[in-house]
Amino acid sequence: MSGVRVLVGTAKGAFVLTADGERSDWKVDGPHFGGWEIYHLAGSPADPDRLYASQSTGWFGQLIQRSDDGGRSWRPMGNDFPYDGEPGTHLWYDGTSRPFAFTRVWHLEPSPADPDLVYAGIEDAALFRSSDGGESWTELPALRQHPSAPQWQPGAGGMCLHTLILDPRGNDRIYAAISAAGAFRSDDAGTSWTPINRGLRSEGIPDPDAEVGHCVHKIAMHPERPDVLYMQKHWDVMRSDDAGANWREISGDLPTDFGFAIDVHAHDPDTVYVVPIKSDSEHYPPEGKLRVYRSRTGGQEWEPLTKGLPQADCYVNVLRDAMAVDGLDDCGIYVGTTGGQVYASRDAGDHWTTIVHDLPRVMSVEVQTLP
Amino acid sequence: MTAATATVRIVLPAHLRRLAGSGSETRVEVSEPVTLESVLGALESAYPVLVGTIRDRRTGQRRAFIRFFACELDLSNDRVDERLPPPVVAGSEPLLVVGAMAGG
Repeated sequence: MSGVRVLVGTAKGAFVLTADGERSDWKVDGPHFGGWEIYHLAGSPADPDRLYASQSTGWFGQLIQRSDDGGRSWRPMGNDFPYDGEPGTHLWYDGTSRPFAFTRVWHLEPSPADPDLVYAGIEDAALFRSSDGGESWTELPALRQHPSAPQWQPGAGGMCLHTLILDPRGNDRIYAAISAAGAFRSDDAGTSWTPINRGLRSEGIPDPDAEVGHCVHKIAMHPERPDVLYMQKHWDVMRSDDAGANWREISGDLPTDFGFAIDVHAHDPDTVYVVPIKSDSEHYPPEGKLRVYRSRTGGQEWEPLTKGLPQADCYVNVLRDAMAVDGLDDCGIYVGTTGGQVYASRDAGDHWTTIVHDLPRVMSVEVQTLP
Repeated sequence: MTAATATVRIVLPAHLRRLAGSGSETRVEVSEPVTLESVLGALESAYPVLVGTIRDRRTGQRRAFIRFFACELDLSNDRVDERLPPPVVAGSEPLLVVGAMAGG
């Protein structure tokens, strides 16, 4: 029988939650790497037993862990992320120039086809690639060397490359998003990059429709319609129908269009999910009600999903990598919160249950659909 | 003529002990002169997984929240090429690698 494996990265370790295809009886395994911040865990689509984890602390720095048995055992891999050549500079918060310096790995994106090929988005923003299962890492430097890079400025969480999407057509197209530089696209496997921020409007920067400088929080794509992208920006939910060349706002009737996470239904490219957050200075749901919003029309028209989610006194956040969907029918949706809850819906968001409610602050949630 | 060597005892913080798969105390053989630099080098050779976790792998600079104590002294800001205290060199006192008290 099919099943799901939910990979949860938290501020104090990694957890692996498993269930069969019914998705009602959950086993919680962890913490792995207890006490360490796990910014992201990801499984290889080509080999579901191959997992990668980004493990770090301010004390001991960055490690990359790999499992070849679905998370039962792990071993540390390469943790050297050297910038290629001169690191160059970006702007610091005070407007001065500061050299790019490695801080941590925010996001791991395994190849859909090769378990040993995995990409890493790091802070300070750069893209790395490993073709040996995480043993060694090489920068694809063109992104960090983009002419706009000296003007990039960090968001409050640091200048992180947090979103990576590999075009499922295998056409060498890669999307990357950086806070607070914006979205970029490469059509040649990372050799060159183009900013793709036309249509974004950000009141928090001097030129609201600048080519770069936008605080993009997350981008999502449905693999069957890879030229359609959905974006949760600092403020505004956006959509592009031309691979990021142009964006239009689809916030529509959301109660607030600030938020971090965004994802697409596994079987319907027009069904999109966001978790509205009150504001950029109040990182919790409006009215103390945790509501996932669903649009079945590719944006603009949104409905709140509330059954089983806390509807009073809830002041958690859902971070950018903390929402995911499984591939079962009906599609499952998973949301992790900064309060340590992981909520799951096995009917595309209509009803929710709590898988686990007292984990450390959840930083990422990924789901593997197992055969 | 062979250079004199010393066996230096090192106590690692729990997270690094688990990473290295070492016991409560680790011992490394170091040629004289026994310095922080040579001891950390020997430790990283014995446990490559620790490279980058205590000091920057390129600059050698101590990570901000790591401290080095021995014989009730804070050696964290000493020169890394200074000879370690004689009891550490003699093996009667360990070098303590400590995660700084910094919340979390």
